[in-house]
Amino acid sequence: MSSARSSLVNENQNSAYRRRQRKSILFLAIMACILLVACILALRAGSYETPVIELVKGIFGQSSDSKINIVVQNNRLPRICTAIAAGAGLGLSGCILQAILRNPLASASTLGVSQGASFGAAIAIVVLGLGNNMGLGVPVCAFAGSIAVALIILGLSRFRRISPEGIVLAGVAISAMFTGATTLIQYFADEVELATLVFWTFGDLGSTGWGDVGFMAVIVLVFVIYCVFHRWDYNALMSGSETAVSLGIHVQRLTLVNMLLCCLVSSVIVSYVGLINFIGLIAPHIVRMVVGNNHVYLIPGSLLTGATVLLLGDLFARTVIRPVILPIGAITSFLGGPLFLYLLFKGGKQK
Amino acid sequence: MIRVENICYHYRGCPELLQDISFHLEKGKFLAILGNNGAGKSTLLKCFNHIFPADSGKVMLDGTDLLALSHREVAKRVAFVSQSVPSTQMTVRDVVMLGRRPYMRWGFTEKDDQIVREVMERLDLTGEIQGRFLNQLSGGEQQKVMLARALAQQPQVLLLDEPTSSLDIRNQYQVLKIVQDICRKDEISAIIVIHDLNLALRFCDRFLLMRQGRIYRYGDRSVLDSAALNDVYGVDAKVVEIEGHYSVLVNQ
Repeated sequence: MSSARSSLVNENQNSAYRRRQRKSILFLAIMACILLVACILALRAGSYETPVIELVKGIFGQSSDSKINIVVQNNRLPRICTAIAAGAGLGLSGCILQAILRNPLASASTLGVSQGASFGAAIAIVVLGLGNNMGLGVPVCAFAGSIAVALIILGLSRFRRISPEGIVLAGVAISAMFTGATTLIQYFADEVELATLVFWTFGDLGSTGWGDVGFMAVIVLVFVIYCVFHRWDYNALMSGSETAVSLGIHVQRLTLVNMLLCCLVSSVIVSYVGLINFIGLIAPHIVRMVVGNNHVYLIPGSLLTGATVLLLGDLFARTVIRPVILPIGAITSFLGGPLFLYLLFKGGKQK
Repeated sequence: MIRVENICYHYRGCPELLQDISFHLEKGKFLAILGNNGAGKSTLLKCFNHIFPADSGKVMLDGTDLLALSHREVAKRVAFVSQSVPSTQMTVRDVVMLGRRPYMRWGFTEKDDQIVREVMERLDLTGEIQGRFLNQLSGGEQQKVMLARALAQQPQVLLLDEPTSSLDIRNQYQVLKIVQDICRKDEISAIIVIHDLNLALRFCDRFLLMRQGRIYRYGDRSVLDSAALNDVYGVDAKVVEIEGHYSVLVNQ
């Protein structure tokens, strides 16, 4: 009886905390619903008008119209899965980079990691001539490029003790450097190589087969499992590195491992779908506004939001001036830029 | 009992910041590390739990060398409250929950929940405040949350790096009173780096005076005499007793 009463008192005392928890879970549920709706819309969108029921049947190859089966299974579904895997991966890597660098403006594209990948791809396509075969040449070079950038950033933050703001500024400089180097390579490329490279940098969700989607999904999934396991380590890092050490975290090791994982994931994604900026920056921020900095919710939230934003961006790119499909990388930058500005000025006001 | 043996530390390319520091502190005692800026007070504190790696020496806690243990094992024994409170958008309850992180495997258990609830009740952090974000609280409340987080670690040693430097006088007394009570009741050794001599005299049992990276004097209140204050701080001052409390009076 008395224990029941005391637990009731505790429950009442915790009500504010429970409300906050419920709000976070509700947000995740809403994001999941939006993602589902976006999936259905993306399944419908296209030059071939069909009822939703037939499309859903088409996923399992059960539609009466074999054309629908083919369009859904070979064209629209891989595209949707690519957008979900890539968006989720970019969203999560942005979320983790922001945690380990303790900087709200960190992401693969603002730190220059994407630009490094782009430089690597340029080397692969133009210098090494790996552009026309579908092997691992371009992805591996893109990965090497982004790791190079990651090491420069890690080196700067470790040995020169640059402040969190400084890291993003350094990222701007590094991005500029690699963009310049990529442009130089483009200058010496022939027409075919140039077209391949430019097309690669546009970003494209439609050129991935099921094998590519599967590989990307596995990489992202491994990353998700790792992050979920370390969710409280990121929470501890938000309290500053000294406090994190005092809570039993090997901060240097955690930073290094996560930096490498983020680069691996974003460069794998970038190497398949091209340069897609700002997803990693926007997605965690949208989630943070609602749930705060608790990574228990921030991690699934960033995954869902990243996937949703990229899928909606792609939907926009495909439908706004049909039948032309606009490059997705340009769309996310175009829509993400203003939000980035908003965050910058909002952050400035708080200080 | 915590026994510090021959701790030395230097930054890369700098002269030694800490030279051969040795002292011991009994359970349930509250130690103040005193000295002027740059004497190495905070550095010494941070050498106890891997924040800074000591060049040599040992920190023995009940027969185990803390410096030989992993980060996680140290965190189960030693808690740390830093000078600055992070401005993070995490709920008070979640921040205190962080104190259970050293014990966590896959997730928090019912026991972790129970300990966090008890700690928060003890520091009067109950009700609506648990659901608020840390950066929405006042400085005094924030420091109490940090203290609660440290206590949730169930430490045997509590390290405090100038926790009161940005608080008003009421909160300074409140926070230090809580620490003092915890020390006595839970038999925890607390070590605080503090600039305010009057606060130190009021709440601490032991005083460690540092000067240029070395221990100048160590002991109870009597080590704080005019000669020591002059040597360590370079001021002409003395400790006077007023209505049963001790206070530092500076002449010039």
